[in-house]
Amino acid sequence: MLKIRGLSKRYRTGDLALDNVDLDVAQGEVLALIGPSGAGKSTLIRCINRLVEPTVGTITLNAVEITSLSRSALRRARRKLGMIFQEYALVERLSVMENVLSGRLGYVGFWRSTMRKFPQSDIDNAFRLLARVGLDQLMDKRADELSGGQRQRVGVCRALMQEPDMLLVDEPTASLDPKTSRQIMRLITELCAERGLPAIINIHDVQLARMFASRIVGLRLGTIVYDGPPAELAPDVLTRIYGEEDWTATLTKDTEADDDEADDHRSAARSTQNLDGRQFDRDRMAGLT
Amino acid sequence: MSVAATAPGGWRKPPVIKSAALRWAIWIGAVVYLAAAFGTTEVNWSRVWEGLPRGARFISAFLPPDFTTRSSEILEGMLESLWMTVVATAAGIVLAVPVGLGAARNVAPAPVYYLCRAFLAVSRSFQEIILAIFFVKFFGFGPFAGVVTLVVATIGFYGKLLAEDIEDVDPAQAEAVHATGAGWLQWINYGIQPQVMPRMLGLALYRLDINFRESAVVGIVGAGGIGATLDTAFNRYEFDSAAAILLIIIGLVMLMEYSSGFIRRWVQ
Repeated sequence: MLKIRGLSKRYRTGDLALDNVDLDVAQGEVLALIGPSGAGKSTLIRCINRLVEPTVGTITLNAVEITSLSRSALRRARRKLGMIFQEYALVERLSVMENVLSGRLGYVGFWRSTMRKFPQSDIDNAFRLLARVGLDQLMDKRADELSGGQRQRVGVCRALMQEPDMLLVDEPTASLDPKTSRQIMRLITELCAERGLPAIINIHDVQLARMFASRIVGLRLGTIVYDGPPAELAPDVLTRIYGEEDWTATLTKDTEADDDEADDHRSAARSTQNLDGRQFDRDRMAGLT
Repeated sequence: MSVAATAPGGWRKPPVIKSAALRWAIWIGAVVYLAAAFGTTEVNWSRVWEGLPRGARFISAFLPPDFTTRSSEILEGMLESLWMTVVATAAGIVLAVPVGLGAARNVAPAPVYYLCRAFLAVSRSFQEIILAIFFVKFFGFGPFAGVVTLVVATIGFYGKLLAEDIEDVDPAQAEAVHATGAGWLQWINYGIQPQVMPRMLGLALYRLDINFRESAVVGIVGAGGIGATLDTAFNRYEFDSAAAILLIIIGLVMLMEYSSGFIRRWVQ
């Protein structure tokens, strides 16, 4: 599916962000990429869609070698790589619907996109996705009117509108509260399961990574120091990735997680049904804090 | 020991210039220069005194303003000025957009960037009057020279501010649109334009306001508009008509000021 060989990136400042990385991701595999700040996690996923140009190495997605594509071919390849961002990166002054439809920009021509005359099939698809994440009532709201969790759900819809072959997810929960973080991670992993999509998820929160990913890759100073299932994350592994620290609390099984999840589902359903008035306002405040 | 003795006292903001001697030298130097500058300004006070009654007569000649005698010329000049303003603002902004895009470092490749920046620097280095004198020589007397003057000035003004605003956009939003596989124009339309639009609308209104005022000024050097009417009124010693023109200009500028403030708040 995705094949990375000998990937290195040296920035013009001289920092070596990635050092000879080899990585394979299989169909439907949800991979969590963990590691300290500056380990090269963001650089790695941005090399895959070449928002950052790799220095050496090859990246192949479904037999297309992305690293050697010309500009227009790269655009076509980017359509197949849906990206979800830290702090959502929605275009704030555009509406929810426009943000979601911007996932189709690689497929429609300039005039159609400028006049906002997208094909009916795209609009139907956008409606379906927004309904799936519970935001269909808010499609004409401006993106900056939404709460953090709602914005990230719009970000997920935008990425899925691209009909991607793979999701690149960069710190999706970085500015969300613990509960919303879980909801977003669950949404992403559920959608990946529904569509058999593979995903690489950069994430700081080791517990979230353990809860939702099927495979964990630990990055330190641009090299992979761990690659294995979540269950094998032991204190010595985390020490190898992050450095010396008491890891026992991070790794103890969260017994209340299941209760919490049931609760999450209920309140998620409530907050998406009851969008008028105070519930909505409280939701907004929650996202802003 | 001495540190311990001074510590429990008060606190003073440390001076910007550390050296006390340099601090005093700068103050004394400034005062001496100012005194010398005032001292060498030649003012012939007796002439000023004699001139005062003439100034009073001049001002009283403005009163009462005469809107009626030259009303058709005033109306014609006013309409010409408004036409010049609208045409120059619209054309100037349309031409400024590509230049502004080219002059934004985060959007344009290096050669285009330097070319557009150079163009902006040149078009901004001449004050409107200088440009107007030049274009009047070039195209002859009349409003066309005025329109060209205002177009060039608008490109310089609007292009520079647009470029600066584009350079200040949130790169994360722009990057996200890039990542969808959007083309360059689509990227500008979705990733950049929404971020700069409110400020650009505000600046367009502000420039409309400036262009109206400038259209009155460029007329004095022969580039048409209400300025030409004003100049004629002065040359004929019709100060009461001139006063009427000045009052109308003030009124229109104030009207534009208020309405543009209102519209800018509305588009935010």
